[in-house]
Amino acid sequence: MGKCLLVAGRELRAYFSTWMGYVICAAALFIEGLLFNAYAVGNQPKVSADVLADYFYFASGMTMVAGVFLAMRLLAEEKQNGTLVLFYTSPISERQIVYGKFLSALCFSLIIQLLSLYMPGLVFMVGKVSLGHLAAGYLMLTLLGACAISISLFASAISPNQLVAGVTGALFLVTFLILWMVADVVSPPLKELFGYLAIHNRHFVPFAQGIVHTRDVIYYGSVVVFFLECSVRALEARRWQG
Amino acid sequence: MIVAEGLSKSYLGRRAIDGVSFTIAEGEIVGLLGLNGAGKSTILKILGCFLLPSSGRATVGGYSVDTNPQAIRRLIGYLPDVPPLYDEMTVDSYLTYVAKLKNVDHKSVASSVGIVKDKANLNEVGLARISELSHGFRQRVGIAQALVHNPKVIILDEPINGLDPVQIVEMRDLILSLRGQHTVVLSSHILSEITRTCDRVLVVDHGRLVAEGSEASLQSKMFESMRLSLDVTTVPNGLAERLRAISGVSAVNYIPGQGGERFSLDTTGDVRAQVAKVAVDAGAGLLGLSRGEAGLEGLFMKLIKPVEERAHG
Repeated sequence: MGKCLLVAGRELRAYFSTWMGYVICAAALFIEGLLFNAYAVGNQPKVSADVLADYFYFASGMTMVAGVFLAMRLLAEEKQNGTLVLFYTSPISERQIVYGKFLSALCFSLIIQLLSLYMPGLVFMVGKVSLGHLAAGYLMLTLLGACAISISLFASAISPNQLVAGVTGALFLVTFLILWMVADVVSPPLKELFGYLAIHNRHFVPFAQGIVHTRDVIYYGSVVVFFLECSVRALEARRWQG
Repeated sequence: MIVAEGLSKSYLGRRAIDGVSFTIAEGEIVGLLGLNGAGKSTILKILGCFLLPSSGRATVGGYSVDTNPQAIRRLIGYLPDVPPLYDEMTVDSYLTYVAKLKNVDHKSVASSVGIVKDKANLNEVGLARISELSHGFRQRVGIAQALVHNPKVIILDEPINGLDPVQIVEMRDLILSLRGQHTVVLSSHILSEITRTCDRVLVVDHGRLVAEGSEASLQSKMFESMRLSLDVTTVPNGLAERLRAISGVSAVNYIPGQGGERFSLDTTGDVRAQVAKVAVDAGAGLLGLSRGEAGLEGLFMKLIKPVEERAHG
């Protein structure tokens, strides 16, 4: 765990000591702000719960996009700069590397969410929404962000550079997003399978309405662990390739 | 300390190294000598647990690179051909990070970083960002990260690559200061560096180990024929014939020069004493007698030549 935190700490500082972190943070907050004003609040009268649900809908998209950008560099950049060799020749396991990297991106994603808190905070202050609704929404954003980061981290583990990692990560994520559309046009049992695997549709809606189902939390947790373990295997396989 | 037995590694069907075997004792400084692409880095990557061999066996400190890489990683310090540096970090923070990564005790991290900064002459740049450092300083930081945990085995891939002459001397002194306390394996294609810093040389060519030993032992083994240069002030009549008559001299070529005359002699075995005696007895005014080939350089060319010939033959 110590090594994991060591890697995470260095990565987190790297976000703050380069432009990358600030740009991603600023872009995410700016676009979330625009969407909040233009669509979540809008011109038509709405009940507060709907404003909050709409905000979480737009924020979920930005969280996933930010997750891809945050994670695409994590391993691909090490490969590009030749710094991965430092890990391979140090007493640290591939799992500690991957989980440390994941933790750093997740922390940065949480910082972005923390900075976005003023928007639902406004709804909370001037409208009538429960703290539970707010907490459920942010739990969903955290889980969705963790999924996007783990998927993009895997893409980063198998890609030679950041650009390819970004494109590959986005491809995987979009595939998971649109699985619900595929589910609509196929027959059982694939219909249920694709419907369950879709990352946003079925699992997202209850959270946005302030309802937390254990099954959804387990689903997001499973996706995260699956892709993190795939990343571990991809790193282990590099010893064969060179 | 290090044993390699029949190591081979293929990349997409191309053999990078082929059946390489050697042993390195504790405290030795051993140099891998070879042209670019000969397979030196592949051997070092396998020893550094960065790469697995396609076949064969390698152990470092008694641990197998296949089955116990974590134990080996605790023993080694590794400098790849491009130092693994994070540009956004300062030298101090980077070395502290590496020390923690390499299991240096929490209380000893600051002192370990201080010691290694002294060794690598990095005290003046401790607070500088790595991105601001010159190539020479970056290489020194690379060396420092390999030494920060005081490893038993130090693996240096082309440590003097791109350094200026002053930095080369400093790096050489640093490597020599490791003698006895650490087992050092380094690679270079710069022959003079291998000669100056290493106890033993492993000559690698086309992925194969073509020779090993000290420079002197390799020369005595490989140089069955030697080219001598004889410099004299005057050339008495019949000197060439008398030189040619020495047992072991196969050819004598006269090379006239300014302020001295030179004979080039192709010989079998070491006949320098006989040649000097003949020149003095003939009253030629002996100015000098030396090997025509440039030490290890000549040896190296001779060692790899048969392989080149095989490749083209």
